[in-house]
Parts: sequence; structure tokens; C-alpha cells
Amino acid sequence: MPNATYIALIPLLPLAGFIMLGIFGRKYFKNTSGIIGTTLLLVSTGLALYTAYGYFFEYGKVDGVYQKLVPLKYTWLEFSQGVSIDMGIIIDPISVMMLVVVTFVSLMVHIYSLGYMKGEERFPTYYAFLGLFTFSMLGLVVSSNIFQIYIFWELVGVSSFLLIGYYYDKPSAVAACKKAFIVTRFADVGFLIGILMLSFYSGTLDFNTLIATLTSPESNGYKTAAAASFMGVSALTWGLVLVFIGGAGKSAMFPLHIWLPDAMEGPTPVSALIHAATMVVAGVFLVARLFPVFAISSPGALSIVGYVGAVSAMIAAVIACTQTDIKRVLAYSTMSQIGYMMFALGVSKYGGEEGLGYTASMFHLFTHAMFKALLFLGAGAVIHFIHSNEMKDMGGLRKYLPITHITFLIACLAIAGVPPFAGFFSKEEILLAAYQHNPTIYWIALITSGLTAFYMFRLYFSIFWNKDASPSPQGEGRGEVHHGEGGFAMMMPLVLLALGAAAAGFIPFGHFVSSDGKALESEFHLQFSILPVALGLAGIFTAMLLYKKQNDKPDKIAASLSGLYKAAYHKFYIDEVYLFITQKIIFNLIGRPAAWFDKNVVDGLVNLTGNTTLKISEGIKRIQSGKVQQYAIYFLAGVIGLALLFIYVWK
Amino acid sequence: MNLLLLILTPLLTAVAVLLMRNATQVRWVSFIGAAVQLVLAFALFFAFRNERMAGNTAEMLFQIQYNWFPAWHISFHLGVDGISIAMILLTAFVVIAGVLVSWNVEKMTKEFYFLLILLSLGAYGFFISLDLFILFFFLEIAVIPKYLLIGIWGSGKKEYSANKLALMLMGGSALVLVGLLGIYFNAPEKTFDLLTLSKSYIPAEVQQICFPLLFVGFGVFTALFPFHTWVPDGHSSAPTAGSMFLAGISMKLGGYGCLRVATYILHDAAKDYSTIIIVLSVIAILYGAFATMMQKDLKYINAYSSVSHCGFVLLGIGMMTKTSMTGAVMQMVSHGLMTALFFAVIGMIYERTHTRQVNEMGGLLKRMPFIGTVLFIVGLCSLGLPGLSGFVAEMTVFMGSWERPDTFSRVATILSCLSLVVTAVYILRAITKTAMGPLKEQFATLTDARWNEKLAAIILVVGIIAIGTAPFWLNDLINPATEIIKQHLMIPTPID
Repeated sequence: MPNATYIALIPLLPLAGFIMLGIFGRKYFKNTSGIIGTTLLLVSTGLALYTAYGYFFEYGKVDGVYQKLVPLKYTWLEFSQGVSIDMGIIIDPISVMMLVVVTFVSLMVHIYSLGYMKGEERFPTYYAFLGLFTFSMLGLVVSSNIFQIYIFWELVGVSSFLLIGYYYDKPSAVAACKKAFIVTRFADVGFLIGILMLSFYSGTLDFNTLIATLTSPESNGYKTAAAASFMGVSALTWGLVLVFIGGAGKSAMFPLHIWLPDAMEGPTPVSALIHAATMVVAGVFLVARLFPVFAISSPGALSIVGYVGAVSAMIAAVIACTQTDIKRVLAYSTMSQIGYMMFALGVSKYGGEEGLGYTASMFHLFTHAMFKALLFLGAGAVIHFIHSNEMKDMGGLRKYLPITHITFLIACLAIAGVPPFAGFFSKEEILLAAYQHNPTIYWIALITSGLTAFYMFRLYFSIFWNKDASPSPQGEGRGEVHHGEGGFAMMMPLVLLALGAAAAGFIPFGHFVSSDGKALESEFHLQFSILPVALGLAGIFTAMLLYKKQNDKPDKIAASLSGLYKAAYHKFYIDEVYLFITQKIIFNLIGRPAAWFDKNVVDGLVNLTGNTTLKISEGIKRIQSGKVQQYAIYFLAGVIGLALLFIYVWK
Repeated sequence: MNLLLLILTPLLTAVAVLLMRNATQVRWVSFIGAAVQLVLAFALFFAFRNERMAGNTAEMLFQIQYNWFPAWHISFHLGVDGISIAMILLTAFVVIAGVLVSWNVEKMTKEFYFLLILLSLGAYGFFISLDLFILFFFLEIAVIPKYLLIGIWGSGKKEYSANKLALMLMGGSALVLVGLLGIYFNAPEKTFDLLTLSKSYIPAEVQQICFPLLFVGFGVFTALFPFHTWVPDGHSSAPTAGSMFLAGISMKLGGYGCLRVATYILHDAAKDYSTIIIVLSVIAILYGAFATMMQKDLKYINAYSSVSHCGFVLLGIGMMTKTSMTGAVMQMVSHGLMTALFFAVIGMIYERTHTRQVNEMGGLLKRMPFIGTVLFIVGLCSLGLPGLSGFVAEMTVFMGSWERPDTFSRVATILSCLSLVVTAVYILRAITKTAMGPLKEQFATLTDARWNEKLAAIILVVGIIAIGTAPFWLNDLINPATEIIKQHLMIPTPID
């Protein structure tokens, strides 16, 4: 068994950084906060690598199967016998892999930000938030309890909120952070109800027990969950689909993706860390974590995962072809790639060769983290240099930013699936898995991979070739004009990530991560790869023809595809649909009437009671006039009345 | 530990306040009194824990009983269990914070502090009474100061609000009194003693009549729909500390009464009425949340959101599983700390900007980093962020509610889960509009919190974080007590 203490330190060190910088940063660590945060994370990364080494090569494997180890578990809140929220650490192939990915990318972003965010007024706050995010994300991946994952799930959500809204005096950033939080919150309610359902049937919140109960057909929990049905679908499937809704929200799957492009309002390194490499893949991770339940007990829920993933991958790729803000192109590309990971899980089965999709999905998550973080950080260097996010302000930058140019090219080749870069291997595996199990998804994925190559190289040629955009003379907001790529702090992460993006594909991933823990031999099928690679190259060449030199062909094509182009440019009007539902329906048809009803009807009744009482007492007041003669008349009338009553009624 | 200390401390403080000569002395005496209360509350908490750990399983600990009015079987009977301790801790936290934020009250300072301390006296007495008559007596002590606090130190349409609040709460108390007398006269043994009554058989017809009287009577205090309309007006007219006490302590008197008196003694009727309670609380949760969405005044936002949040207290009680009732108590504590803090922050903002309209503010974080940060913390607590108290309480209510397997309870739980989204909408709207965005010109010279405000905020934030990060101590405190109530109710827990 591994030593729990140092594994626990991996998330706790960034937390310590958050607390220290959050409370004392403004006063005492104005300039040193970046170094403090980075150093803490460096230690975390070292520990994560050490854990990974130990797990994969020393103690993790027993009889050829990687075990799920729980070195630490601590009851946090007990609801009833057996049902409790535990804070624990689970060590299995995917959590160990995620530990490495999260700490490594986070470290790169920490280092990069030393240069990128230098001189920001709220520098300590920035590093505090980064620490909070890293802590939450690491806590999420090692969660041993489904409620624990929900807790950290919310915490990454709030760190994302805080970081998107980092430039809080910018109204667009404020709107974006609000939107991100609310959309994912909406999805999280699904997740929560899903947790309630799954925990009710399995009688536990602990992942291992829950999975064991819900995958064994003999268990009572499984029987009742499969038997109970609502609208013809079993309770188990409902529970899983609801959990998946949570995952889809966080992973920006269609139709809950609308927050991700807006989230690009955050500082670019944050986009690289949270909205490209780590947090947005949490949904994939969640499905992978519960994968045995999906695959064994509810193929229906799993196929929903597959189709949602495929549709998202396709739609996002189409939209990405039309966007002009380079960060938004990358955002849609992220959504598309996460779609790949999702449908890879969706087409997979549990165990053995059939579980190829699972391995491929995790492999793609791993490689994607490298090249997508690299793309964002590269884009950050470009934005830093040119002070604009718009493609039209860029061009010919290869002369000014040589390192950025080369690393960006490597990342583009990787994402386009050109061998031998990392993306090629993981994407081939995904396509192969889809080909074997679901032809529809395979064709969607194939077309998408061609589109991916096209839009990525559209981006690449527009930034680094095309017209010659001289760096903008006015360095708005930053005071000085930059001539150069930023310092060592910004270039080193680019180079390291580029190495990853170039070489990560050669890792025999199936040996380490597979659906059932046994090693999976992934074979290389040359003839299978010809078609995707050819499509990718075709995409690259098209982009080269259209965007390498400045010309009017792109506009002409856009004009000839007017309807489709316009729809895609406006992101298929999904935002508008949401706006309509929230503004027109929820605000006007529910919120406003509720407020009106409260003010006028409920409160009106209260006031009415008050006023009536007042009026009645006004009336009665007159009776007590204090005039003796009047009292005498009442008295007399009373006597006569009583007398009549006695005489005639009671006799 | 002698429970009389909890009553004597505020009493002596109140007397001392009256004897002081100037405002500074009054403030410091009140502060010291409140600090002693806090120390006492913690001492009680630890003494209670030690007793429990030593194996003392008696239902109520530290009992004291004096004969008070034998002809009517009224005795001065005090005692505490986990629920009471939780409420006492909450009261102590809110009182000291309230005293601190009122440091700048210049108008009739002595009377102001006197009333605040008196209110805390009523609250402590209420939470430790085991005799229903004494309990009612303390309930009344806690109502009257509120009328004066709003009427004299309030703002806006304060007379209207003060009248409305006093009349509705008095109406609630009247119902409670009738209910209590109904129990007294129909119990097999004429007594007001809570423990005796809970163990004796009260005829079903009596229960059927008295339960709604008591539940609605106490429910008025805790914003039971549709008797919640005193909440928005009362809170928004009250001075800052008044709002804090009102939301942090007074509303909890109602929740405590619903649980400890109505549900505990009249357990048979409670089961019959559970459906109605659940329906009303789900309405309060959703309706309160949607109504909040439309508010523009920060105090109204927090007041309406209190309606929604207190709905969870009633939902937890109405669901009547052990977990849900534990959740209800946790929600009382959490909501008490949270709204007190929220009102404190609103007060600080109002004092500086002279407005409470969210649309008129913007970018305050820039000038007031401390206040802005606290606003974020309290907002995030309100929308149920893990690590802060609101999450723990709400999740416990949800988990407890889900233990009831019937479709009705399921639908009710799912509907109340949906409020999480609406809460996020209105809270984010409020805090982003206030604290974020470009700084408006007229706010360019604002100053951040002073020491007393900082201390008050930190005390409450510590409470919120302590529950949010380590809920087990609160859970362990409350659970044995709700377990006993649950046993009285004897609804079989679904076993799967």
C-alpha cells in the first residue's frame, strides 16, 4: 500500500497556498506570491510523479490487474448507517493519471503566469485562486466517494467562476463568470438527483461499494433499481443519465456548452488550465469513474453518452470553422475534442479488447491536456504580443514569435492527428473503437477529424502567415509595447508541453489504463489509419490554400454558404434560445408573477386583515362614546331585549 | 454546568447597560456581556460533549427544576439536548456580531443595547426551557424588543413594518398559547412539562386540533408560507443588528418550536399533517426563490431568500426522517449565521453607499476588498457552496428527504433541489452587481471595514466555515436528539 500522507499532500499543498495567499497575500506577498504558489505546486507535481511511478511500476499491479486502492478514508458526514460522505483518496489508473496531468499542466500554467500576469494588481489573488482550483481538481480526481466528488465538483466550479471573473471590472467578464456558474449549476442539480437515486438503491455513497452493488445482478440494490421504472426507463438508467447531465454541464457538451466560449473572458493561462486541460474533462472523468455501472448495468445510458459526445464533437467543429476570436476557436475545439472522449466511452464496453474505447478516451484526455494547454498558452503569447484576440489583427507572426510559432505548429499537428504526434495515436484508437462498435458515430467522428484539421490550420495560418500584421503600437492597458515573446517563464512551459504533445503518443497507454485494469495490447492498424490521416491532411491543405496568403477566397466561400455559415457563425443561435427561455419564460412568467403575487395577494390579504380590523374598531369605537345618556339607552334596550327573550323564547 | 447562567448573564448585562453613563461604556459592557455569553455557550458545548462521551444518555442534560406556580403545574424547568446546544451556540455567535456591528448607533444607544440584550435573554430562555409555559414566556420576551427596535431605530416605512411584524408574531404566539392550553387541559396528567407530555398519551382529536395551532403559530416565526409577509418588510426596515437578530435568532425560535413542541409532543398528528407541511415548505422554497429573483433591494433579496432557506427547515421537519430533521436543525444554525452575516454586510455597504439598490452599485470590491470578500463568502454560502455551512445543511435535508421512498416525497425533494439553480441566479446577480463591474464614480472614496465590523464578520465567517468544513461535530451533536424525536414519530425508515 502507498503511504497516504504524501498522496494527501498533493492536493493539500495548493490548498495551503490558497489559504496563505488568500489571507495574507495582499499585505505580505505582493510580489512573491507567484513564486510561493509555483514552489508549492512543484512539490505537488513531484509527489504526483512519485505516486504514479510507485503505482504503475511497484505496488499497483497484483496478478496482472491494476488495483483500486483506498489508502485514506475519513468519515466526514454520516447520514445513516452505511450512508456517509467520506473524504478519501482512491488510487487507481485513472486517478493516478489525472494526478499527473493536473499537477503538470497546473505547474506549467503557474510558471507561465509568472511572466504573463506580471504587474497585475491582484497578482496574489490570482495565485490564490489558482491554488484553490488545483486543490479542488486534485480532490476531485482522487475522490473515493460519490458525494466527495460532488463537493469538489462544486469547488472547481466556483474556482472557475472566480477566475473567469478575475478582471471583475469588465462587464463581459462578469457576465461570463455568472453564466458559467449558473449553467453548470443547472447541470449539477441533475448530478445531485442522480447521486440521491444511485445512493438510495445501492445503500452507500462509497464508489467501490456502489459500483460493486450496482454491477452485480444478484444484489438487492441492483434488482430494485432495475425493476423500479419511470416512464418505461429503469431507475438505474435515470440515475446514471442524471449523473451524466452533471458531467455534460461541466464538460460543455451540447446543449449545455454555452458557457465555455464565454468563459474565455478569463486570463488566458486560466483558460489553458481550467477550460482546456483539466476541469472541462471532469465530466469524462466522472463517466469513466462510474464506467462499470454504465457499461454493465445500463447500456442505454451509455449510448446516450456516446451520441451526446458525437453530436457535440461535430457541432463544435463546425462552429469553430467560422469563429474569428482565436480563444473562441480553441474553446470550440476543446468542446469538440471532449466530445471525442465522451463518445469513445459511449462506444466502449467493459473488459478486455472490447474496452478499447475506454482506454482510448483516457489516452485522448491525456494527450489533449498537453496539446490543448499548449495551444492556449501559445495563443496567450500571441495575445500578449498583439493585444487582441481577433484573427484579423494577426498575421505573419512567425517572424516575431519563433518559439511560439514552432510549438503552436506542433500542437496543431497533434490535434489534427498527423503522425507521429500525440493526437494521432489517441485519435486513431478512438476512431478504431467507434468503427468496431458504432458505424454512425464512426462516420461523424471521421468527418469531424477532417474539420478539426481544417479549423486548426485556419487558425495557424491566419496567425503566423497570411498578411503581415505589425505589432500594435499602442499597448493598451499594459503601459508599454512588447517586442518579443515574453521571458523564459513564458517560453519554458511552451517547450515542455510541446515535447509532451510531440512524444506522449508513444506511451503504451493500454498497458496502464484499461476498463478492467488488465493490460490492453493496442495494435497499430496501418490500413485503418490511411483514411483519417488523409482527411486530416486534406483539411490542412484546404486551410493552406485559403489562409496562407491573404486573399478573398474565404469570404467568397462564406458568402456562397451564406445560410450555413451565418448559422454557424452565430453558434446555431443556441445562446439566443437560452436567453429566450431564461429572460422571457422564467423571469417573466414565473419570477415576476411570484413577486407580484406576494406583494399584492398574500401581503394584500395581510393588509386587508389589518385594515378591516381597523375599520371595525373605528365602528365599535363610536359605541364607547363616554356619554352616560347613550349608555343608559343601550342599557334599557338590553334589558328590554333580554326580557322579550325570556318571555317569548324560553318561556 | 448551571443553565441559569445563560439567563443570568444577559439579565445582568442588561441591568449593567442601564446603569452606564455614556455610549462608550454601554458598548463595552454589552460587548463584554456578549463575549461572556459566547464563552458560556462554548463551555456548555464542551461540558455537554464530555457528559455524552462519559456515557450519559439522558435525554436532557443539566436539568434544573424549581416549582414556580404549583396551582397551574408550572415549574421552572430547564435542560438541554444537542438541538438546544446548537441553537445556543448560534445565538451567542449572532449576539456578539450584532453588538459589534451596532458600534456606531448614536441614537439612544443605551436603550438600543438594552433591547438587544433583552432579546438574547428571551432566546436563551426559550431554547433551554423544558416547561411549555416558561417557553412561551421567553418567546414573548423575544418578540417585544423587536417591535421597538424596528419602530425606533428602523428606516423606511418602519411604523408599518413594526406593526405588521409585531401583530403577525403576536398572532402566532396567540395560536401557540391556545395550542399549549389545549394540550394542558387534555393531557392525562395536567402539566406543562415537555418531557412528561412527550411520553404521555394525548387523545387523537386533541392532537388533530392542537398540532396545526402550534405548527402554524411557530411557523409564522419561521416564515411558513403564506404567513411569511412580515419577513421582507420587517427585515428591510429594521436596523442592521435588528435584522441580524430577527433572521439569525427569531426565525429560529419558530423552527425550534415546530420541532421541539409541535412535532415532538403531538407526534401522531404530526404524521397526518406531514403532507401539508411538505407542500407548504416546497412552495416556500421555490416561491421564495423566484420572488427573490425579482427584488432589487439587497435587504429584500436576503429577506426573501430567507423565506426560501427557512423552507428547508420546514421541509426537513415535515419529512420526519432522522436525517432530514438533523438537516433541519443544521439549516437553522447555518441560515442563522449566514443571514446574520449577510445583513451585517448589507448594513456596512448601506452605511457607506447610502443605497441598497443593487442597480445603483458596482465595483465595490475595488474600494472595499474586505467587505466585498465577505459578501462573496456569504453569497456563496447562501447558494450552497461546499466548504461553507449552507451546503452541509441542505444536502442533509435532501439525503433525509430521499429516505422516504414514496413518489410524493420524491417529487417534493426534486422540486426543492431545483431551487439550487434559482438561488445561484439571484445570489450571483446580487453579488456581481454590487461588488463587481466598473467602479461607479460616486463610490471612489469609500473606505473599507473598521475593526468592529471586521471582527463581527470574522466571527460569523469562522462559524460558517467551521460547519462547512467539519460538519461531523454538529452532526454528532444533533443526531442523538433527532433520533429521540424520530423514535417518537415511529415512521418506519425504509430499509432497502
